Amino acid sequence: MYKKRSDGRKFDEIRPTQAKVGIIKRADGSAMFQIGKTIAIAAVYGPRELYPKFLQDHSKGILRCNYNMMSFSGSGERVRPGGSRRSKEISMLTESALSPVLDLSEFPGAVVDVFVEILQSDAGTRCAGICAAAMALADAGFNMKDLVSAVSVGRVEDKLVTDLDNVEEHYENEREVADIPVAIMPRTGKITLLQMDGICSKEQLSKALELAQEACKKIYAVQKKALTEKYKI
Amino acid sequence: MNIIKNHIHALLEKDQRLDGRKLDEIRKNITIEYGVSPNSAEGSARVKIGNTEVVAGIKFEVIEPYPDQPDKGTIMAGVELLPLSSPEFESGPPNIWAVELARAVVDRGLRESGAIDFKSLCIKKNEAAWAVIIDVYSMNDDGNLADAIGLCALAALKDAKFPKYDEKSKKVIYEERTNKGISLKEMPIPITVIKIKDKILVDPSLDEEECADARLTITTLEDGRVCALQKGEREPLTIEDVEKMIDLSIKKGKELRKLFK
Amino acid sequence: MADLLVKDREIVVPGQDLATGMDFLPASGTFRDNDKIVATQLGSVSVNGRLIKIIPLNGRYVPKRGDVVIGKIMDMNFSNWFVDIGYANDAVLSSKEISVDYVEKGTDLSQYYDLGDYIVAGITNVSKLKLIDLTMRGPGLRKLTNGRIVRISSVKVPRLIGKEGSMISMIKEITECKIMVGQNGIVWINGPDGQKELLVVEAINLISEKTQEPNLTEKVKEFLETRKKENV
Repeated sequence: MYKKRSDGRKFDEIRPTQAKVGIIKRADGSAMFQIGKTIAIAAVYGPRELYPKFLQDHSKGILRCNYNMMSFSGSGERVRPGGSRRSKEISMLTESALSPVLDLSEFPGAVVDVFVEILQSDAGTRCAGICAAAMALADAGFNMKDLVSAVSVGRVEDKLVTDLDNVEEHYENEREVADIPVAIMPRTGKITLLQMDGICSKEQLSKALELAQEACKKIYAVQKKALTEKYKI
Repeated sequence: MNIIKNHIHALLEKDQRLDGRKLDEIRKNITIEYGVSPNSAEGSARVKIGNTEVVAGIKFEVIEPYPDQPDKGTIMAGVELLPLSSPEFESGPPNIWAVELARAVVDRGLRESGAIDFKSLCIKKNEAAWAVIIDVYSMNDDGNLADAIGLCALAALKDAKFPKYDEKSKKVIYEERTNKGISLKEMPIPITVIKIKDKILVDPSLDEEECADARLTITTLEDGRVCALQKGEREPLTIEDVEKMIDLSIKKGKELRKLFK
Repeated sequence: MADLLVKDREIVVPGQDLATGMDFLPASGTFRDNDKIVATQLGSVSVNGRLIKIIPLNGRYVPKRGDVVIGKIMDMNFSNWFVDIGYANDAVLSSKEISVDYVEKGTDLSQYYDLGDYIVAGITNVSKLKLIDLTMRGPGLRKLTNGRIVRISSVKVPRLIGKEGSMISMIKEITECKIMVGQNGIVWINGPDGQKELLVVEAINLISEKTQEPNLTEKVKEFLETRKKENV
């Protein structure tokens, strides 16, 4: 029985969040998103020329995401620089989490580059990266059907939890944990990222997705505030 | 004809710079922030010189000392010029400029200055010693990344605290941080000076970097001694040039060193 | 029943509902989803009668026919120059479109415009694939000599120019500088001295930060007059 979370949070409670927009002046758009101790920074460049030329799509622009963890961002050993299979996977996931909201038909042949760097990691990094990237794209002035908000939900023993922290992600009994990163378009509740590490029943999964939608509403409010605050008089 | 370059030249003839600074003036808004990744990095910092921004983090590892230095630990410095910090940087392994920055500015400055007492990094002679790994990342390039990087590495070192080392299991326990930091015997401060035509300027802006005929990054210590030099760009320097640049660097180094107090 | 969910000039984010009901019409930066009008860009709401649009606060330049832009010559072949105007691909300036009447085939084009030159050019055509054609034939279109270049987001250019040029004329007058604002957000400044040019740069930064504020022209005027006095 999972009784208490290590930081005393309620099971459906997300960690404290912070967000800021426009932090990298040279980029076309940028943002920082922090949840608990996880800090993600995203910057957008584009539309710009795409090399090599054979990658160009002449019907629309393409989105290219690059996720990277700074070598000192992990709480244990140093992360070897240069990316890994995990970071490549997350780069692709970030791209497919954001593509549904973007309309790049105005920029045939061009590329929109999104770079996500993790400054400090304490679980939920791919979701934090997606939150930061969505804000950065909005900051850059792109046409987007919606923002994208993301959070990890899951199961620890018998409880369904929102926003797993490091302790929960690395729960001692592997069979008693399910880690489910979810990305959602807040307006419609539609899902653009869905993954699961672990096991749970169909009912638990449905409930977990509901929890994700609830949590993303709160995250969306934080993202919206950061975006509108930059321009408040 | 590059009108920006021409304009820089024209203004320089009147000892003026594009942003209104004097030739020997560093940008005013320089900030150092400690502990930007406190949960994971054993030491970290962020430095801003105007809009140029970098972050650095320290990770400790335990290694077997090199056979010729059985009672000493080591440092390793890496610099990455992230594509998120400028449209000019590409994804991929560190380019030649990043490697030069890591070796010439960070590594050499720290090693040659005697800032770190490598013997103090020894855990058990011949068996175990600390390796201090410094990684610096550019976050926004608005000119003079070199100095920002050098300063940030220093700041991260200042911020660093050793993690616990369990001698029995020979493992580093990252979750437990001691209160012991690295005592820095010196504070080597890098100052980049460039030459455009016959004028010498300190702390180059982005536009100025592009028209630099020659560049010299000089790392100095509190007592005015020089501990590292790195020349770049295509034009040669006279001895008088170098001496002027060193004098400028010592003077400006003193100003920047105050920021660390 | 039509309902406006936001106020005029309110800052909204993509995906935010702006209005319900069928009375309002979605204009740029918005779309209709059933009975809702939704924002697709970060920007401020502008309600004009039944039209709701978003005025974006940021965004890369999107080239339009008729725009006058400032670009940099990046490359050339025997009949064309390739010009960076801040868009994903370079624009093309044909040797047939320069102000000199006739360019002999095979002439060295660099004698007209060389690599690294900045030019003020007009966009004559933007194809569906976003191939951009430029011309140098037209009033005010020329190669720039001397001066400095600064950048502002292209969406802020109208604010920098002002209603009927009021803002830019005021800045030119107080700073005594020649200024050319490209629709693509590239600005050329040439003044009697570096200090006066810097006043223009400061004014541009101020406008960039405070695009949202009312009475901006007055505020910028006040700012410039104060700074000018400080400089003397």
